[in-house]
Amino acid sequence: MIGMFKGYLEKLGESAGKFVTSTGLMATMLAQAAVYAFTPPVKLRNIFKQMEFVGVQSLFVVVLTGTFTGMVMALQSFNALKRFGAESLVGPTVALSMARELGPVLTGLMVTGRAGSAMATELGTMRVTEQIDALFTMAVNPVKYLVVPRIIAGVLMFPLLTVITDFVGVVGGYMVGVRLLGINPGVYIGRTIDFVQVSDIFIGLEKSIVFGLIMSLVACFNGFYTTGGAEGVGRSATSSVVMGSVLILVSDYLLSSFLS
Amino acid sequence: MIKIIDLKKRFNTRRVLNGLNLEIEQGKITVIIGRSGEGKSVLIKHIIGLLRPDSGQIFLDDMEITSMKEKDFNEVRKRFGMLFQGGALFDSMTVAGNVGFPLKEHTDLSDDDILKIVTEKLRRVGLVNVEEMMPADLSGGMRKRVGLARAIVMDPEIVLFDEPTTGLDPIMSDSVADLVLDTQRVLKTTYILITHDIPFTYKIADKIAMLHEGRIIEQGTVEEMKANQNPIVRQFLEGRAEGPIKVY
Ligand SMILES: Nc1ncnc2c1ncn2[C@@H]1O[C@H](COP(=O)(O)OP(=O)(O)OP(=O)(O)O)[C@@H](O)[C@H]1O
Ligand SMILES: [Mg+2]
Repeated sequence: MIGMFKGYLEKLGESAGKFVTSTGLMATMLAQAAVYAFTPPVKLRNIFKQMEFVGVQSLFVVVLTGTFTGMVMALQSFNALKRFGAESLVGPTVALSMARELGPVLTGLMVTGRAGSAMATELGTMRVTEQIDALFTMAVNPVKYLVVPRIIAGVLMFPLLTVITDFVGVVGGYMVGVRLLGINPGVYIGRTIDFVQVSDIFIGLEKSIVFGLIMSLVACFNGFYTTGGAEGVGRSATSSVVMGSVLILVSDYLLSSFLS
Repeated sequence: MIKIIDLKKRFNTRRVLNGLNLEIEQGKITVIIGRSGEGKSVLIKHIIGLLRPDSGQIFLDDMEITSMKEKDFNEVRKRFGMLFQGGALFDSMTVAGNVGFPLKEHTDLSDDDILKIVTEKLRRVGLVNVEEMMPADLSGGMRKRVGLARAIVMDPEIVLFDEPTTGLDPIMSDSVADLVLDTQRVLKTTYILITHDIPFTYKIADKIAMLHEGRIIEQGTVEEMKANQNPIVRQFLEGRAEGPIKVY
């Protein structure tokens, strides 16, 4: 009984220890990346390659997610608002939720699933096949060479993708609200413009910058410190998605309460 | 000259290096032999600073490198070229991208000039018209040779080869031996090689050092090692299953 308890405590201590070390390692990686990002020479080619990977290649999934979310938002808010006779507010409801919340969060989660797991897999494979060690032996700092371009790409591309999600979401909402549910188009657009302010969009974009940082840092961290062969690479990919998504949701709450 | 003093390294509970001493002469070819899993790869990873020892020292000329800061070590590493046992080619890059990578990172050469050097180095390891291939499309032996070309592309002062001939046919092995001997003669390159290839070792070694149970137990020239009466050395060089080393 006591042995069991002790075993349990030891496990708990172990995980707590792991948590502390990985938080520390991640903070160190971020600090290093911040320094190297401004240490010449800066290789633009690597950054563009990652921006293409994070941004351009996520377009399809982001457009799809955004459109359908806007559509379902219009449908649901119509059902709710109808009860108060406030159907004209469907437009601003969709636009505000997209801009402040759903745009950045859904983009964050979808791109973490797509690009974050791929980044962790790539770096993890490089780790277990000694490619990262090879960079070291060639006097090339792997954090500068591998991590910095990915973090920059995440921080730059997330806001852009979020703008796209917001936009297609509003379009999707308009289609459902006006074409399907028969709200007057003039009212729909007019009310949206009345209620939604530029600051609402900026709040969403500020969030998305943080989410982009979380996605890329978590993915790079998990990939970079992969151990245990092919199985370990799989583990890194999974935990980069789980850890990234959870951190995005937690920070979303914190950011929402700070920013409003 | 590289001087390794009382180097110790353990992984968890497994003691791998156990007070290892070795001197590697400048401009000479030193071959490290020893059984699989004895820590040969671990040893050369210490020399290039990929692993740090638990205790002990490594002197490169007059610098003690095991306690060096990462930033300073990076400068030292520019003097080295290394071939990994598994090749460690970048699989997102072509063969030319791999071999030319150190040049691209550390010199101001134009892409054309880099490609010229790359083609020349690839020829030296017996590869032609592979520049645009991806590592995944190469045979094991070809990958090893691309790794060799990458390791020597900067004409480094000190070259570490981890099993350069494993997976190569005997003719190719012999031409790698010639490559090592040529560059050593012309450029005065210091070579540290790990190999299980005894004919290859006899052809090139200035000094053979045998790693056993975490220490260098015997070392000497080819002639000295051939005459060495230590039963462990005899068993290893003659490749016999029976003897003091047990195969479990
Ligand atoms: N990063 C590591 N973590 C834990 N153990 C390790 C690590 N690297 C090496 N080892 C252990 O150290 C020992 C020596 O490994 P090493 O790769 O140096 O052997 P080797 O002499 O090169 O063998 P081979 O001839 O088969 O390549 C092995 O038992 C290995 O399990
Ligand atoms: Mg080895």
